[in-house]
Amino acid sequence: MALETKHSLKHYFADRGVDRVLVLIIPALTMMLVFFVYPSIYGIFLSFHPINHSGFLGNYKSFFHDTYMRRTIFNTFRIALPVSIINISAALPVAVYVRKYVKRTRPINTLLVIPMSLGTVLIAEGLYAYLNPSGWLNQTLMDVGIISQPLRLLQNFWGVIISLVISGFPFAFLLMLSYASSINPSLELAASTLGANSRQVFRFITFPLLAPGLAITFCLNFVLAFSVFPSAELLGNPSGDSHVLAIAAADAVTQKFDYSMASTISIISAFFELFVIASVFLLRSKLYSGSTAGTKG
Amino acid sequence: MIETQVKLEEKIAGAKFNLTLKRWFIWGGIVFFFLNLLGVIGTVIISSFGQEWFSGWLPHGWTTSFYIMAWQNYQVYGLLRVTLEIAITVVLISILVGAPAAYALARRKFPGKKLVMLCFLLPIMLPPITYGIPLATFIYKLHLGGKILGVIVVNLVPAIPFVILVLTPFIEQIDPKLEAAARMCGANTRQIFIKILMPLIVPGLLAAGLLVLVQTVALFELTYLVSGPGSTTLVVALYYAVFASGIRPYQAISAMAVFYMLTTLFILILALRYVNPTQMVTQANTKRNSDNH
Repeated sequence: MALETKHSLKHYFADRGVDRVLVLIIPALTMMLVFFVYPSIYGIFLSFHPINHSGFLGNYKSFFHDTYMRRTIFNTFRIALPVSIINISAALPVAVYVRKYVKRTRPINTLLVIPMSLGTVLIAEGLYAYLNPSGWLNQTLMDVGIISQPLRLLQNFWGVIISLVISGFPFAFLLMLSYASSINPSLELAASTLGANSRQVFRFITFPLLAPGLAITFCLNFVLAFSVFPSAELLGNPSGDSHVLAIAAADAVTQKFDYSMASTISIISAFFELFVIASVFLLRSKLYSGSTAGTKG
Repeated sequence: MIETQVKLEEKIAGAKFNLTLKRWFIWGGIVFFFLNLLGVIGTVIISSFGQEWFSGWLPHGWTTSFYIMAWQNYQVYGLLRVTLEIAITVVLISILVGAPAAYALARRKFPGKKLVMLCFLLPIMLPPITYGIPLATFIYKLHLGGKILGVIVVNLVPAIPFVILVLTPFIEQIDPKLEAAARMCGANTRQIFIKILMPLIVPGLLAAGLLVLVQTVALFELTYLVSGPGSTTLVVALYYAVFASGIRPYQAISAMAVFYMLTTLFILILALRYVNPTQMVTQANTKRNSDNH
């Protein structure tokens, strides 16, 4: 009898997919629980325990009462929103075009992966010299005669924007291209056969099918731009209008060793990130979502 | 009749013109982007070989002395060794831990699977700095801060989920009937693993490993938060060098950047022999990129 229940219990679990194979997940899951989930919860706990004992919400109060700190939210949005919009609005037409007219995409993709894998620090280092008043960009523009005085692109808003476009556009493009490639071309062909012109095909077929991918690309780009601080620190004006949330949080750790405040700032920034992502997905849920393959089902 | 034909021809000509315009616009944009990128990278390379470069298109003289300076002053050799040590350890551990989990996730549906998947997805979707700060706090509490082990642990947090997300769709493609057939023929679990699964999974492991290698060498934020003297990677050292520029000549920083660039590009070229460039970005929707092979 005991044997039987043991067996039936084993079968009961096996039917639901719980058997010895699941043991294989344990090491990975443990790593994540110990080094991701626990620290995150610990960070939340820490943020409610200020080191100056100013009470439960002390850190949050001092963050929002301090104009300099409060402005980091505005500064972050002022950089991250335009960058994500620039990147996706450039990536969308290029991806749609490349998917339709370019047969060998690999060379372009390979070249675009280079700035991404070099990383923001190297891009910032290069831009520092390239955007200089005597750098190549200003030289070219002055020699051609477009400008008479060098543009001031460093230690301000523009340097940060340019660097985030250079590292963010390839990311947005490659992601959009992979979404665009998954759309079955016969759907567009069918629309053309029915008399739609290319603008209508884009407006009524391609765009709605791409919209979910566009939403995800926007979110990932936004999150990237929201949290990248090397470019803001090296190319922007890190104590002025490029004092973004990520810099404030990193400074709290590396300079003030105030882990409690640093956790508070990262929680605030996570909150705003999630807020934007949630609103994008809310918008997206109003649009078509489903198969892009154009087959049965 | 003729009139409609003329109208149609006009329409076609107009559409063709539109397409040409679009082509010029888009290719122009792509070329503009790459020219600027070339400018950025070119400036770094040329300034690293230049003697003095205050104005003008090119430096006033050429020298390789800044490479020697960078090599000695910034201890590039040591940084390179630490970087590769950390990156290779991260690759090995993340595959050892991630691959079995990917197998289980590919083969089984179980209650709570979505929650487990969320646990693996979040570290990739969230920006490193958000979870990096609580994580760094925790690492310092464990007295691993500033140590190589601490940097390795921190880098494992995005690496393990990455391996899982690359490998799960890859393993899903392998027909489970192959394993069943081998078992029917009398193979035990170890034999199935070595003779059936391993040869089929190796390309996936290679791709995942190389992608993690590229990522770990370039990952800045997490390493920056926990590294200390002796556990600093090349990219973090480069950041400090640029941050404190003025102490050393700019050319030496550029020379160091070139060392970093060569390391990254070497690994990237190696990786691109086995993986598709789109795989570098599509962790979020991995279902698809296994079809791109």
